[in-house]
Amino acid sequence: MTAESVVSITKLAKVFGKGGVAALEGIDLEVLRGGFVSLIGPSGCGKSTLLRIVGDIIEPTSGEVIVNGKPARRARLDRDYGIVFQAPVLYDWRTVAKNIALPLEMLGWDRRKRADRIKEMLDLVELTGFEKLHPWQLSGGMQQRVSIARALSFSPALLLMDEPFGALDEMTRERLNGELLRIWTETHSTIIFVTHSITEAVFLSTRVAVMSPRPGRITAVVDVDLPQPRTFETRESPRFFELVTEVRERLHASGAHEVVEEVIAGPAEELA
Amino acid sequence: MTAPAERLPRRTSLQRAGRRLREWLPAAVVFGLGIVAWQWILPDLLHIERFLLPRFSAVMSTFWTERGDLWSAGWFTFKEALGGWVIGCAAASLFALVLARWRPLGSALIPYAIAANAVPIVAFAPITNNWFGLLSPVSKMVIAGVLCFFPVMVNALRGLTSVQPASLELMRSYAASERETFRRVRIPTSLPFLFTALKLTTVLAMIGAIVGDYFGGSTEALGIQIRAKVGVSDYEYSWAAIIVASLIGIAFYGAVAIVERLVLSWHPSVRRRSD
Repeated sequence: MTAESVVSITKLAKVFGKGGVAALEGIDLEVLRGGFVSLIGPSGCGKSTLLRIVGDIIEPTSGEVIVNGKPARRARLDRDYGIVFQAPVLYDWRTVAKNIALPLEMLGWDRRKRADRIKEMLDLVELTGFEKLHPWQLSGGMQQRVSIARALSFSPALLLMDEPFGALDEMTRERLNGELLRIWTETHSTIIFVTHSITEAVFLSTRVAVMSPRPGRITAVVDVDLPQPRTFETRESPRFFELVTEVRERLHASGAHEVVEEVIAGPAEELA
Repeated sequence: MTAPAERLPRRTSLQRAGRRLREWLPAAVVFGLGIVAWQWILPDLLHIERFLLPRFSAVMSTFWTERGDLWSAGWFTFKEALGGWVIGCAAASLFALVLARWRPLGSALIPYAIAANAVPIVAFAPITNNWFGLLSPVSKMVIAGVLCFFPVMVNALRGLTSVQPASLELMRSYAASERETFRRVRIPTSLPFLFTALKLTTVLAMIGAIVGDYFGGSTEALGIQIRAKVGVSDYEYSWAAIIVASLIGIAFYGAVAIVERLVLSWHPSVRRRSD
C-alpha cells in the first residue's frame, strides 16, 4: 500500500477531568486514503472518544492528530469530516431531502446544485421516492441510511462512524454492512468505524485496530486480507473465520474478557 | 414506493362524521345537563338567589339585547390582552435566547426571574395604573405581559437547551457558528415547547387584562363593566360579560393553536392527529 495518509495519530492521550480518569493512552494510528479502519474494543474502552478526538469534537490531553496533512481543528473548519452516530440524529422538521441537504446549505451550495446532489445521494442509499417524508415516518434502518447520505453529501475526505448500526436488528445490520461497502467503493471514501461486533469489523474493514479497556490503548492492528468486493460468501469463507478468531484472541489478550460477540449495542457510555 | 403514511386505510367522510359524533356525544350531554341545572335546578329546586347566579335564560337574553356594548367592551379588553401577550411573549422569547446563548448570564439572572415569578403580579395592578395612567391600555398590557412572561421564558429556555448532544456534535463537525446552531437546531427544537406556553398564556393574558380593568380604567373595558354592573345589581349583564370574556379567551387560544398546527406541521404529534 503506497497510498497517502489521511489520518495520522501520534502519542495521543486523553484524561477526563482534573487528574481524573485516563480514557486513552499512547495511541498511534495511521489511516491511509481509501482505507476502512475499524476500532473495536469493550464498552468504555474509549473508542468513541478516540473517534471524537479525530473529528475535533473533543480535544486530546496530549498528542497530535493530523488529518489531510493539517491539524484536526483545521480539518474540521475545512469540513473534511462526515459523521454518522449510533442514533441517526435527523431533524424532524426537515424532510429526508432537506436533512441530506443540511451540510450543503451550510456550505452555501445553490438550490440547483443541492437538488442534483440530493438525487444522487438518494440513489446511492436507495431511498429514491422517500425524499418528501419526514424522518419519523421511516424505519430505523432507513433513517440511518439518510444519516449516511447526509454525511457523504458534501464528499468529505473522511467518514467517521460511531457504531452506526449498533441499534439495528441483525438482519438490517448485515444488509447495511453490504450497502456501506458498496458506497465506500463507489465514493472512494476513507472510513473510521467504531463497533463492538467482531464479525462486523472483520467483514467491513481493511484493518481492525483492537483496543484494551481503560485506559484505552491500541493493542493490536489486524490486517484484513479478505478479497474485495466482499459478498455474502465472504462471511462463510474459512479466511473470514480465521480473522474473526484472530481479532477475538487479540481482544481477550488485551483484557477484554467481557466482550461478547454480536452485542447489539446498548447506550454508548463513553458518549460524553 | 408508497409512503407509510399513505398506506393508512381511507375512511369515508360519513364514517368520519359518525366517529366525530360519537366522540363528542358525552361532552354534549354534559353541556346539556349543565344548562338544565343552571336554568331550572339551581334557581327552582335549590333556591339560588339572582345575585348569586341569575337564571340562564335571563343571562342569555341580556347577552343578546346588549350584544353591541358587550362585544365592543370585549374587543377593547381583548386588545389590552393581545398587546400584553405579544409584548410579554416576545420579551420572554428574546430573554430565553439571550440566556441560552450566554449561560453565565443565565445563571446570574434566573434566580431573580424565579423570585420575580413568586410575586403575585396582579397585586401590581393598582400601581401600574399609576405608572402608565388609569385610562391607558398600557397599564393593563403590562399586567398581562408580565403574567405571560415567565411561563414563556421557562418553556422557551427548556426547548432551546434540550437539544441532543449528538445534534450539537454534528453542528460542530460542520464548523457551524453559534448563530447557525441556533437557527438550524436550537430554535426549531424549542418551537413545540414554545407553542405550549404561547397557548397557555392566552388565558393568562385575558385574566391580566380583566383584573387590570377592575382597578380602574376606561368605561369601555369589559372588566370595568363587570364590576360596575354588579354595583348596580345588573347581574345578568355581568354574567353575560363573563361569557363574552370566556368566548374571547377560547377563540384566542384556538387561534394560537391553529398557528401552532401550521408552523409545526412537521411535528409527529400534529401529523398523527390529522390522519
